[in-house]
Amino acid sequence: MTEFFQNLGLSYEWAWTVATLVGIITISLLVMFSVAMVIYVDRKVLGAIMMRRGPNVVGPFGLLQSFADGLKVFLQETIIPSAANKGIFLLAPIITFTVALAAWAVIPFDAGVVVSDINVGLLYILAISSLGVYGVVMSGWASNSKYPFFSAMRAAAQMISYEVSIGFVLVCVVLFAGTFNMSGIVMAQKGHGLGFINGFFVNPLLFPMFVVFFISALAETARAPFDLTEAESELVAGYQTEYSSMSFALFWLGEYANILLMCSLCTLLFMGGWLPPIEWAPLYYVPGIVWFLVKTFFFFFLFSWIWATVPRYRYDQLMRLGWKVFLPMSLIFVALISGYLMATGHFS
Amino acid sequence: MIQALAFYLFAGLVIASAVMVIMSRNPVHSVLWLILAFFNAAGLMVLVGAEFIAMLLVIVYVGAVAVLFLFVVMMLDIDFAAMRAGFIKNFPLGIAIAAILLAELLLGIGAYNAGGLELGTPDGAATQGVGQSNIEAIGGLLYGRYILLFEVAGIILLVAMIGAIVLTFQPPKPGARGRQNVGKQIARRPHEATVMKNPEVGQGVEL
Repeated sequence: MTEFFQNLGLSYEWAWTVATLVGIITISLLVMFSVAMVIYVDRKVLGAIMMRRGPNVVGPFGLLQSFADGLKVFLQETIIPSAANKGIFLLAPIITFTVALAAWAVIPFDAGVVVSDINVGLLYILAISSLGVYGVVMSGWASNSKYPFFSAMRAAAQMISYEVSIGFVLVCVVLFAGTFNMSGIVMAQKGHGLGFINGFFVNPLLFPMFVVFFISALAETARAPFDLTEAESELVAGYQTEYSSMSFALFWLGEYANILLMCSLCTLLFMGGWLPPIEWAPLYYVPGIVWFLVKTFFFFFLFSWIWATVPRYRYDQLMRLGWKVFLPMSLIFVALISGYLMATGHFS
Repeated sequence: MIQALAFYLFAGLVIASAVMVIMSRNPVHSVLWLILAFFNAAGLMVLVGAEFIAMLLVIVYVGAVAVLFLFVVMMLDIDFAAMRAGFIKNFPLGIAIAAILLAELLLGIGAYNAGGLELGTPDGAATQGVGQSNIEAIGGLLYGRYILLFEVAGIILLVAMIGAIVLTFQPPKPGARGRQNVGKQIARRPHEATVMKNPEVGQGVEL
């Protein structure tokens, strides 16, 4: 795209800047649109599992429901509690939303279709997702209300706990792939299983890590069964209790953008990203982005399915799972995998 | 030109937020300004091409250390007025520390410019990183040339961690309630917890 703007008569620097800006805006709009559609899918799947119809009034099959909700929220009054710390109260949802969108900069949708193909792509995602906790903690504190504050404390502890095991899972993947670059990780999965299956998930050493990553992704996005930050029965609506209107909508959008990000990470790290499931020439006629979206959507379906079926964890169970089960397990696997790779001469 | 703009943006924001850390009245605001300063410092690291260090700075300091700061500051009930009172008293000390830091910086830059230090010439390790990514270069140095220091640092951290755990560990009191045995909870079946009865009308149930 940079060449296109250079042909319009811009110098390389400015052409690159304009091309990157265009890329950022395109991806943000697409992510926002898919978030709107995915909220609809979430509600439809939940409806189907509960044997009811789900949203079906606005537009054909209720497809425009999320847009109607967005419009409604946009027209509402923004209420700021008088005891709230105003600046931070308004900043918190903006941070959640910005951070949720910023991580998409290094996600490759197809070979070469990525805003910024940096060397440390995976570390960038880890860094950005560790910022997500600030939106929650700041909103909980700034609301100056006890339930949001409880929720913020829970969210901070929960996200930090599960980030540790996610970090070790990523180390395992990087050991096999030999790079932190997202496109490089996807290409390392080409023909990984028996020479014809694309994806790390078929590797018996990486499959347990795949399961750990998926469950940690649920906890990291505070999704059921780990949605203790917004447990309705205990905390009203958690950190969002005092929010209304657009500031509430930003939390909502950011949350779903994060869920989609985690789904796409499962796809990129373990399922072979934009590569077709198996090495078979006709499958390569399907555009890579279609495979990417199908796999991501599959994981999103799993998220909704789990939401509808699994009861919420108790807080001590959540902490036990993170620190006493996942952390030792992923540590053992880091040692196991590096030992295996050294023994088979992977690094030489 | 864009690099220059980005540099002045990041550098200006680092300084401005560092000033706000000590100027803001509310300690929670101070921590948030500190986070902004960390973040912009990471931006500066990216500009000099040290993207690995930049990401580590964000993951470790912003993602973990600053969250704990924020946690502690939010949980503590701090008397803002009392904290402000010490400012004038400690001001000369602060100036002295700032002067020492400035002198050290000038000394370091001066020594570097004078070319007095020959970095890594003995086995040519300093030139190792050419044409490699950040991570490969740092990994090569850490696990090659500085392996002993790296392992010693690891051992020290391990000992510190075990020490912290030993200091805070409280063995369960005999007979104390509230300890969960998850295996026992999962192994429990419905028929152990409930009894099915079919009482006659007016008879009631006897357990």
